[in-house]
Amino acid sequence: MEMTFQLAWIDYLVMIIYFAFVLGIGWALKKFMKGANAFLEAGRSMPAWVAGLAFISTNLGALEVMGMAGSGAKYGMLTTHFYWVGAIPAMVFLALFMMPFYYGSKARSVPEYLKLRYDEKTRGLNAILFAVMTILSSGISMYALAILMEKVLGWNFHISLMLSAVIVLAYTYLGGLSSAIYNEVLQFFIIVIGLLPVVFLSLHHVGGWAGLKESLGNVATANGFAPDAYTSMWKYTGTATGNPLGVEWYGILAGLGFVLSFGYWCTNFLIVQRAMAAESTVAARNTPLIGAIPKMFVPFLIILPGMVALALMNDPSANFSLPKNEAGQPIYDYTIIALLKQYLPSGVLGLGITALLASFMSGMAGNISAFNTVWTYDIYQSYIRPTTEDKEADEKHYLKVGRMATIFGVLVSIAAAYLASLFGNIMDFLQTIFSMINAPLFAVIFLGMFWKRATGHAAFTGLLAGFFIALLHHGLTAPEGANTLVKGGWITILHVYPVEMAQNFWTAIFAFSTSAIVTVVLSLLTPKVKSDEELVGLVYSLTPKLKEMDVPWYKRSSSLAILVLVLVTILTIMFW
Amino acid sequence: MGLDIKYPIGLMFTLMGIVLTIYGLATLSDPTMYQKSFQININLWSGIGMLIFGVVMLALVKKKKTE
Repeated sequence: MEMTFQLAWIDYLVMIIYFAFVLGIGWALKKFMKGANAFLEAGRSMPAWVAGLAFISTNLGALEVMGMAGSGAKYGMLTTHFYWVGAIPAMVFLALFMMPFYYGSKARSVPEYLKLRYDEKTRGLNAILFAVMTILSSGISMYALAILMEKVLGWNFHISLMLSAVIVLAYTYLGGLSSAIYNEVLQFFIIVIGLLPVVFLSLHHVGGWAGLKESLGNVATANGFAPDAYTSMWKYTGTATGNPLGVEWYGILAGLGFVLSFGYWCTNFLIVQRAMAAESTVAARNTPLIGAIPKMFVPFLIILPGMVALALMNDPSANFSLPKNEAGQPIYDYTIIALLKQYLPSGVLGLGITALLASFMSGMAGNISAFNTVWTYDIYQSYIRPTTEDKEADEKHYLKVGRMATIFGVLVSIAAAYLASLFGNIMDFLQTIFSMINAPLFAVIFLGMFWKRATGHAAFTGLLAGFFIALLHHGLTAPEGANTLVKGGWITILHVYPVEMAQNFWTAIFAFSTSAIVTVVLSLLTPKVKSDEELVGLVYSLTPKLKEMDVPWYKRSSSLAILVLVLVTILTIMFW
Repeated sequence: MGLDIKYPIGLMFTLMGIVLTIYGLATLSDPTMYQKSFQININLWSGIGMLIFGVVMLALVKKKKTE
């Protein structure tokens, strides 16, 4: 299927209106950027609903939208595990148990929390790895965006790359984190509204949910599964071979539901930064909970159309197919684009394309705004130029550094994007490697928050040990049918996993366990350096419990958390 | 920050809503235009939806100001 769109003037008009507002928001915020605090931390002034929408919007980047729609077309309803098991419980945990310490400790970043709780070297290690990883991700999504604009809109690759870099640079340079957050909220609404026409038309086409179930029933039986295998979440997870995902229920629970998702949602500064920008402790706690409510309905927006695509691909009369790679395999990442092409006339088509471009850019802006904070506070301020007596001059100085870091971050992203276009596999490999820091980091932060005995030396060693075990596991195992060393097995292959997902889960489980064990054992062997007084506000048992009595019951975190968990349970039972 | 985000959101969706509604009305009698969308004038309906959303957002800003 040819993937180039013929856009009409109306489509460009919709696109131009959106980008005019994006830049306008940056411009309007410019006058508030008086110091580093306003630029890098949004002045800790965001209402909970704004921070909450930005919180999930950062994660709703285009790679997520395109990837999850593709997974919907591959695994069907089982893809929802990434949301209802994979994200929601971790978000609730972050809100109730971790946000009070992240926010209450007055740390300005996750690495800085590590410094306050443990020591300088633990912070340094995390800050440097995080800075490299964020810029790498930003470069990779910039590359993916330029490729998309080239293939789908027929634009020149280099011009697309520069144009997106300039837009992202303009609004993050002008308005800093506030601008990134506000634009994430705008992007959230444009993604939802831009994708709704596709959801509606694709479901209309297959005859609603009942019609979809019937069509996918035929696909499932043809592939050797039970008829409702593509439309059930848990029913066939008793065995790995009984469901299209190829993972059993305990693998899903432990790998995805615990280690991977907690590692991602609870320690990734890119995400946590949104909640840290909230206006009060209660707002910071409510941020992930408010984000969780729309998050649990995102599958209906993204995975559902992907499932329709699966049905259409197997229906010759629908005249629908995905573009193929050299090996003749469908490229699942193009699912959502193929659907836009299938159903949308000019007008809403521009809206759909705008939604995709928007999600790419906000992903990059998120990376850049997290990078400049970590660079300025955790690297520049701690190792290059410490604070002085003159607070006011400092604020101005670090604002300037933050702005320079923004420009620098965008330039390095552009370089990374070109590297990705030359050595795509190496960049994928690097990204896999850096994603391995999440699971050990979660072990270390978790122990730090809930066990006052954990020490800095132990945490530092635990982080490294977990990371190396993850690396080792990746080097010794491979998913079935892997044809490049990027997927693993670059030392020698000791074990073959049925699917790549299973390999990822187990990498994370090994990394987390190793890191936790090493941290616990070494903490008991090393002297406790920080006194209990120093750890107040950083460790659960030493911090006075947060009183929510003056907050009306419907605004309390506990009530919101119960609401979120009840809703997600109902959804799980409905699609069991 | 001194900027209420509901204001630009409301303004943008009102504007886009107006544009798509007008486009939908202008293409009302174009039979080939909506073949893809099963003869549903998806521009008109999306436009109206966005217009309503935008106006509600703007109304919320106004309500907050008068309080």
